[in-house]
Amino acid sequence: MMEPGLYHMLFIGAALFFIGIYGFLTRRNLITILMSFELILNSVCLNFIAFNRYVWTDKMDGLFFTVFIIAIAAAEAAVAIAIIIHLYRSHGSIDVNSAENLKH
Amino acid sequence: MPQTALILLIPLLPLLGFLILGLFSRRISGPLSSGIATSFIALSAGLAILLAHGYFFEWGSDAAGFRQIRALDIPWLIFDRDLRIDMGALVDPISVMMLLVVSVVSLMVHVYSSSYLKGEARIPVYYAFLGLFTFSMMGLVLSANLFQIYIFWELVGVSSFLLIGYYYQKPSAVAAAKKAFIVTRFADLGFLIGILVLGYEARSLDFLTLIERLTAVDDPDFQALIAPSFLGCSAITWGLALVFMGGMGKSAMFPLHIWLPDAMEGPTPVSALIHAATMVVAGVFLLARLFPVYAIAAPDILNWITGIGVFSAMFAAIIATTQTDIKRVLAYSTMSQIGFMMFSLGVSGQGGEAGLGYMASQFHLFTHAFFKALLFLGAGSVIHAVHSNEMVDMGGLRKQLPVTHLTFLIACLAIAGIPPFSGFFSKEEILMAASQRSPWVFGAALFTSGLTAFYMFRLYFRIFWNRPAGEGHGHGEGGAAMVLPLTILAAATVLSGFIPFGHFVTSDLKPLETHLHPAFSIAPVMIAVLGILLAARFHKNASDRAERFAASLRGLYTAAKHRFYIDEVYLFITRRILFNGIGRPAAWFDRQVVDGLINGAGTATLALSHKIRGLQSGKVQQYALIFLVAVILLALAAISRWT
Repeated sequence: MMEPGLYHMLFIGAALFFIGIYGFLTRRNLITILMSFELILNSVCLNFIAFNRYVWTDKMDGLFFTVFIIAIAAAEAAVAIAIIIHLYRSHGSIDVNSAENLKH
Repeated sequence: MPQTALILLIPLLPLLGFLILGLFSRRISGPLSSGIATSFIALSAGLAILLAHGYFFEWGSDAAGFRQIRALDIPWLIFDRDLRIDMGALVDPISVMMLLVVSVVSLMVHVYSSSYLKGEARIPVYYAFLGLFTFSMMGLVLSANLFQIYIFWELVGVSSFLLIGYYYQKPSAVAAAKKAFIVTRFADLGFLIGILVLGYEARSLDFLTLIERLTAVDDPDFQALIAPSFLGCSAITWGLALVFMGGMGKSAMFPLHIWLPDAMEGPTPVSALIHAATMVVAGVFLLARLFPVYAIAAPDILNWITGIGVFSAMFAAIIATTQTDIKRVLAYSTMSQIGFMMFSLGVSGQGGEAGLGYMASQFHLFTHAFFKALLFLGAGSVIHAVHSNEMVDMGGLRKQLPVTHLTFLIACLAIAGIPPFSGFFSKEEILMAASQRSPWVFGAALFTSGLTAFYMFRLYFRIFWNRPAGEGHGHGEGGAAMVLPLTILAAATVLSGFIPFGHFVTSDLKPLETHLHPAFSIAPVMIAVLGILLAARFHKNASDRAERFAASLRGLYTAAKHRFYIDEVYLFITRRILFNGIGRPAAWFDRQVVDGLINGAGTATLALSHKIRGLQSGKVQQYALIFLVAVILLALAAISRWT
């Protein structure tokens, strides 16, 4: 059994990232889009952790960034859900295409 | 000095009338507006008479002759020490004489119009325009510098335009107004350039300074000033010729005369005031104003002026014998008489006995103003009675219009040069001046004055004698308001010839004794009588003599009847050559290139925005995709740049 290394971590991060992108671009439900977005954030966090763990073991910067990202992601999720709820109230739907008229 | 207030009031009263009537034209009734305008102009005329009396008999002269007084001098535009434009009033014999003529004729026309235009729409506007014209004309004659005279020159042009187009519903009147404006504007272009040239050479625009500097024969610089510098003529000669071009336009000299006959589309009293007595002599006045410069610095221009004057006089007289519209006959007669004034100036010299022509031209200007205004007002009275301008609708009117008949006869005798009417005296002086200078000019002038007698009496006999055209027109003369001005002007026509004009208006401001030479007068009077007899034979009774005679002249008669096709020549030049040669290419350039650039920029922007408008779809995910692709591209670029 092989010890997992940096490349494994980066591979998983990249996979998570593109799964998130894919979901972000293809889903129509705003909640799903939000979840995809969380996946992207998590892949970034994983990258920070992996570099901190395998490359610069004597430093804590990666951990701090990750903690920040988790905090901001929580705030962002709250705002996003609030927007989604308002959108639902005004449009009766949380389909992302129903927000098209916001461009005007 | 108290005279300043007097002098200023004369032009300012009509201006005040113009402002009042112009501002309240919609609230004032026709009769009230005529009352207001007439009282202002009556006051102004009274002051002008007072001024003329005071100037000529009391304070105007000293031992050296009449003084040229600058009654007013307001600094206006000061550019540097030399170049300054002031507003002033120059009082000298010709300006006082012109003030008198303008105000008196204007008063007559105001009174006459109140009856002539009764029942027309826009009467307050009409009187407002008359007031504007009177003010501008008075300002013109009082102007103290070239720039100021140019301002008023344009103002009289504008008021003439407005009054010709008074019947603005008539397309012919609108066309005539535009024609008058454009033709005189074209001439004024020359005038403006002339002003600039003269002002540059004299380093001043002020009349007195300019005349003094440009006629300083003793000055060593003077020879350099009159030396040929451009195309064989001195700059002064060019400047004076260009100024004369402005005068030609206003005074309807050949070939810029084409607007005057058409200007007869305006109301007849307007024709009497503007296109007979005052505005059209502005060119003569301008020449007289600058006369010392013409006579001393550029005598060769005077020969041209003589030529143009004689030609215009004869040309117009020939046309006048063939026209059938009575106002057009009078218009050509005006042109012919102004030709007399012009060549009279042309044959004149500066000062002393040589200045006879100058005096004669101003004298003729003075008498002509009265008898020609009388002729026009008489013609207006006839038109008022028969509602037509055409001779065929008239005839045998002497019973129906007794006062008009008598006054018209007096004016005809005056213009024909029969003693003792005023035209005789002034024309006599002109012929005398011409005979002293050149037998050719004298011969042509003699022939033209015979023609004058012929066409005026042709007009007279066709209106008042001959076969009555229609039965029971019912209209008599138009009441006291029309009869009174005719009577007053007739009195002026009879009496003004006896004024010893040489004592008042001369080229060097010193009195000039003139004598009547009975022996000299025989030939012109005989020729005039001959013209009258010929007209009587042709036109006194209904006959086909005139037609047969006209037929025997064939081409000449047809050409004269069509006004020698000058209008057609102008149309050819403007339509065919100017429109096609310059107007069309300019329009093409404007539409294709100038507009093309602007439209092209618009079209390109529009097309580009059509192409990229899909980007802003409102689909969040599409934005995200673009964002992603862009980030990836940027990342790739950054990687390839730094590794």
